[in-house]
Amino acid sequence: MTTVPFAIPRPTHPTGVWSWITTIDHKKIGVLYGVTAFVLFIIGGLEALLMRIQLAGPNQDIVSPEVFNQLFTMHGTTMIFLAVMPLSAAFFNFVIPLQIGARDVAFPRLNAFSYWTFLGGAILLNSSWFLGGATNAGWFGYAPLTSTAQNPGNGIDFWIISLQVLGVASLAAAFNFIVTIVNMRAPGMSFMRMPLFTWMTFITAILLVLAFPVITVALIELYFDRTFGMNFFNVATGGDPVLWQHLFWVFGHPEVYILILPAMGIVSEILPTFAKKPLFGYSTVVLAGAIIAFMGWMVWSHHMFTVGLGPIPTAVFTLTTMAIAVPTGIKIFNWMATIWGGSMEYKAPLLFALGFIALFTIGGISGIMHAMASSDAQQQDTYFIVAHIHYVLFGGAIVAVVGGIYYWFPKITGRMYNEAIGKLNFWVMFVGMNLVFFPMHFLGLDGMPRRIYTYDANMGWSLWNGVSTLGALVLGLSFLIFIYNIVTSWRNGEAADGDPWDGRTLEWSMSSPPPEYNFAEIPTVYDRDAWWAEKRGQVHHGVPVGGGSGEEEHSIHMPQPSYWPIVVSIGLVIAGFGLVYHGTYFAVAAFGVLIGMIGVYAWSFEPVNDPE
Amino acid sequence: MWAFLGSDCMFFGSLIATYLVYKNRSLSGPLPVDVFSIPTTSVSTFVLLMSSMSMVLAYAALRRNRMKTFRIWLASTALMGMTFLAFQVFEFHAFANHEVVVDCTAPIGELTALEQSVAADCEPGQHEIEKQVGLTPRTNLFGSTFFTLTGFHGAHVTLGVVWLLSMFFLSFKKGAVTPEKELNLDLAALYWHFVDIVWIIIFTVVYLFGVFPGF
Repeated sequence: MTTVPFAIPRPTHPTGVWSWITTIDHKKIGVLYGVTAFVLFIIGGLEALLMRIQLAGPNQDIVSPEVFNQLFTMHGTTMIFLAVMPLSAAFFNFVIPLQIGARDVAFPRLNAFSYWTFLGGAILLNSSWFLGGATNAGWFGYAPLTSTAQNPGNGIDFWIISLQVLGVASLAAAFNFIVTIVNMRAPGMSFMRMPLFTWMTFITAILLVLAFPVITVALIELYFDRTFGMNFFNVATGGDPVLWQHLFWVFGHPEVYILILPAMGIVSEILPTFAKKPLFGYSTVVLAGAIIAFMGWMVWSHHMFTVGLGPIPTAVFTLTTMAIAVPTGIKIFNWMATIWGGSMEYKAPLLFALGFIALFTIGGISGIMHAMASSDAQQQDTYFIVAHIHYVLFGGAIVAVVGGIYYWFPKITGRMYNEAIGKLNFWVMFVGMNLVFFPMHFLGLDGMPRRIYTYDANMGWSLWNGVSTLGALVLGLSFLIFIYNIVTSWRNGEAADGDPWDGRTLEWSMSSPPPEYNFAEIPTVYDRDAWWAEKRGQVHHGVPVGGGSGEEEHSIHMPQPSYWPIVVSIGLVIAGFGLVYHGTYFAVAAFGVLIGMIGVYAWSFEPVNDPE
Repeated sequence: MWAFLGSDCMFFGSLIATYLVYKNRSLSGPLPVDVFSIPTTSVSTFVLLMSSMSMVLAYAALRRNRMKTFRIWLASTALMGMTFLAFQVFEFHAFANHEVVVDCTAPIGELTALEQSVAADCEPGQHEIEKQVGLTPRTNLFGSTFFTLTGFHGAHVTLGVVWLLSMFFLSFKKGAVTPEKELNLDLAALYWHFVDIVWIIIFTVVYLFGVFPGF
């Protein structure tokens, strides 16, 4: 019936490098996301370590001020867009289809496209280190710091274009997961029976879909200013730099919930499993997540209290910011009630989840402190803010993600990690984390500004900066332990069975690692903790969870691998390079777009499965 | 698709917000009153609105499996889209080469701000002065915001035309476009209507509010 244009034989590699390049299996893509994001996380971590070494004592001269500016900008951008977001995406990919009882995501090829585009954006951003210097205007890129007059190099252009490319990847992934969660749940799994992690993914995807266009527009305007001499943020022709701040934070504040909600989802999975109790107040936790996402749109100006917006906006945003702490507090109390009286198994994932609660609460409380505009005026741009943001993003998001990696490690690899090293990993990380970031509260209250490359000995900041750098080394050590544990366990850990934790959700009802088709037969779901209910002997009609004789597997057709997603991504990245260098290089951009278009057409006409 | 449209709403929402924030804040002309020609743009707006109707007719024809009617309506939708784009190209060109002719003897109070700035160049004894005061994206805030907003809308229309034409040519291949696969057309139609609605907002907010005093 359908002839394939650009008739290239379909990729059929079951193993080897090509199988990874052409894969559209959500589990493989999840692993690709996880490994890539972790490598980028290490790069971002090394950038932070360099900054900490520079700040270890007064008047040091290890990196120049110019390099320091690039370091903190790239550290922020890398950690947010290239580490935490894709680490969450790795879990979305691996876990969501398994949790909702699906064989794959709704658009498997689009999923592969998301990954390759993310990788391309990461390469584009980091290539700027070698091509004339990285971006140096802070991760928020405030105008007019980013104008051609202030910043003639092409670091800013690399930053603009790679964020656009990453935006495309995130949007494609978000559409994919919204459709997957809405349409592909197993029979019987109503919205209020969805596992919490699935819920938080759903909410995060909606936030992504609504928040990214705003930053896209802001970046387009900035790019036009820089490339074509337009006037959006040009004060000389009446442009207003504060508009950039508004656009950036309208995106930027929902973005912080995009970073933290998946982590909250992970914690909400780990706690009940190891406390052997269902999650306390399931519907309130779901609702609190939704309210956080909604209210996340009403608080952006608290990043701008010192701009001088006037008393009314400042008062309003103070109130909304304080109010958003309420649903967050609800979640924390629900988690505590979940472990209250539970028969706790103190395995490594649980330690990380408990660590998350403690550290995130500290970050939340300092957050409430600068929700108050008058208090924020003192704290703005000091290390106090640095302490706050790292307690919520490191102590919150990263600790939960590492816990999640330990939690799903047996499922992903089919092997157990080393429990003793896992626990050691937690304690070293916990101590290191507090050593780095707690002293920053003191430094901030003592008036140490952010983003300075050095300070004088008589400022009285030397002691706590030294402690903080020591902590950074401990934190680095904890990640060496982590890598050691993961690598050795992956290669020769004990074999894990399908359900090592006595899990509650569907992903534990199959073998580890899961078969390519996930479920031999799609189970029917009758309960929130469906797999627990099944194991506790509740009998229902329909296909039992974890059931299916396995004889059906010959008739299961999985979508076949494809070359086209990566072709489109490569086209996008080539176009990105063309746009960065602009001028005559627009020809390169056009060439990239052409490759992308060919890829899109070939993709559209490629049948999901070849006729047999 | 609905999720995508939601996302696109935020995209255009941000662009329109930028336009509104900078409305009446340009430091120099030309301004909307100087360049807009409401009759011309009304015609192109009408064409785009009619294209939405023919899109609906194409969809209805496909559902009744009348392939010939379907192709005619689909092609005319794409054609009207292209007409709209041609209007836009013409309009951009006219704005960029905008010329004013000012009567040097007219009392200064009867002239617009732009005409006043041109009239300042009148030599003593000169009756009339003609000057090119083109509006480009670089000229002022109005130029930057206007061309970016309408340009991205034009890019959306272009993408829609490419999509519709692809479906048009595909429909000659047997079994590629059938009533059973109406969802494919439905999605294209949804996109097309969305782009149309955005234009109605742009036309109202940018063109009409820009020309009539009081807004």
